[in-house]
Amino acid sequence: MSSSTQTAQYNPAYHRFTLFLAICTFLLIVAGALVTSNDAGLAVPDWPTSFGSLYRIPPMVGGIKYEHGHRMLAEFVGLLTIILAVWTQRKEARSWMRKLGWFMLLLVIIQGLLGGLTVKMRLPWYVSTAHAMVAQTFFSLTILMTVFASRRWIGSTVTLTRHPDPGALSFRNLALLTVLAVYMQLFFGAGFRHGGLHFFPHVVGAGIATVILVWASFSGILRFGNIKPIRGASIAILGLLVIQLLLGFGAYMTRVVWGKDAVQPRPSMVATTVAHVAVGALLLAHCFMLAVQAYRNLAPAAELSPADQKAVVA
Amino acid sequence: MKFRFGLLLILLVAGCSKNETPPASYKPEAPTAKIDPSTTATVSGVVTYTGDVPKAQPIDMSQDPACVLGKVPPNFGEAYAINKGRAANVYVYIKDGLGNYSYPTPPPATLDQKGCRYVPHVLGLMVGQKLRILNSDPAMHNIHSMAHENDGWNESQYPGGDAIEKTFNKPELMIPVQCNNHPWMKMYVNVLSNPFFAVTDAEGKYTISGLPPGTYTLGFVHEKMGEKTLKITVGAKEHAVAGPAFSSADIK
Repeated sequence: MSSSTQTAQYNPAYHRFTLFLAICTFLLIVAGALVTSNDAGLAVPDWPTSFGSLYRIPPMVGGIKYEHGHRMLAEFVGLLTIILAVWTQRKEARSWMRKLGWFMLLLVIIQGLLGGLTVKMRLPWYVSTAHAMVAQTFFSLTILMTVFASRRWIGSTVTLTRHPDPGALSFRNLALLTVLAVYMQLFFGAGFRHGGLHFFPHVVGAGIATVILVWASFSGILRFGNIKPIRGASIAILGLLVIQLLLGFGAYMTRVVWGKDAVQPRPSMVATTVAHVAVGALLLAHCFMLAVQAYRNLAPAAELSPADQKAVVA
Repeated sequence: MKFRFGLLLILLVAGCSKNETPPASYKPEAPTAKIDPSTTATVSGVVTYTGDVPKAQPIDMSQDPACVLGKVPPNFGEAYAINKGRAANVYVYIKDGLGNYSYPTPPPATLDQKGCRYVPHVLGLMVGQKLRILNSDPAMHNIHSMAHENDGWNESQYPGGDAIEKTFNKPELMIPVQCNNHPWMKMYVNVLSNPFFAVTDAEGKYTISGLPPGTYTLGFVHEKMGEKTLKITVGAKEHAVAGPAFSSADIK
């Protein structure tokens, strides 16, 4: 990795493109959450066509506007991902970035197929849950791609100083644990949302994930506060976690408690659940970012030269 | 990663094979007797409800202009169609006690989509009986059957489009049918292996006729309050009256 990164050049257009893809993907996640929250997943009964056509736009009313709107945005993100993979292959010096670009294209194809399966199989919970998990994984990768393409990342490659990461449970592993914890919550939450799992695992998981994320965030701030990317990701995770817990409580109250007899999804139910999904996606992306920054900036003491082994204080 | 691809492969195979599998047919025991029409009995009654009636839930149809044409809001859900202590939309059927008779298949039943609602809200069918689905609305609907014992399906229907015909091959109670284009549209189909069923009307009344004499368990099913049963005995040409009382304590 280090030999190829030396030749990497900051490309502002490419960086802006990765950011644009990340924003579009975030909007796509919101659009997907709107489909589920409005019970509109099967408003268009066929796939890959919509009402028998690949290109004709159906009347955008009722559930169709959510489902077909989601499909159109997904196609656009798919197209952007193809451009990203080709652009990265042609212009990017870092081989692992080129591989990442192709992997993202593979992931978006898998995601499209999972979306099709949800329609063909009429929303089995495990397919819908897999669709939700791949969506957030893909979004996290678009965020990472944006970070890897940034001037700050590329510019700091040569001057990067790695810091010792001592302890039985290293901060790098703790950061990885945050990713796993959010994935666990994503699985339990999506499984509950799509009718396959009881609510209980998601509640217990919220407690476990909160402990891990708070622990990692405070470790990041207190132990590695002078490493800006780690401090930034840690603070963001703490803030997002608080918002996410409030939204989770709000979604529970509006949907499960107040909305149990609702004849149709109410705006309050839709707003809280969609926001819960969206903030969950941001949280996962930041946990990925924390892990990446931890592995980039920290190393076991044994791997560092004496010059690098300086004390790190907040 | 291998696991993820393995899972995807399984899902793909499952997705592809689902449509190719012919619908499994319900195989009842071979009938051994015919009903003597000169001895048949009738059961009728009223299904009542005591306690506070849950507040009617408003429906907002504004997301599809075709649903609000000429309508005066507000609209309300039909889950608790209770009027003066009488419960409509309760499915009544012979749960137990019938011998192994043969029955002719009844003529097709009709489910209409009118005013962006399903008419009727609760429907009974016999195994093999055709269900004709109409769309009298100026709106496009999709009809999504979420059966467990029978095969599920999901089809769209244009305004005034051709009738969709479906049959159910296995007995199954309270199959939800939903329109995902208009999420307030929900109804229930009940499928029985005999023709002895009814749905209570707006006054909570039902009648089941043509029954052979015997002792039966009657089932009364409501979408929110579950099932109650009553035992009855009817002799030849007799008319029995039976009706359970649901209450607010039954609401799940």
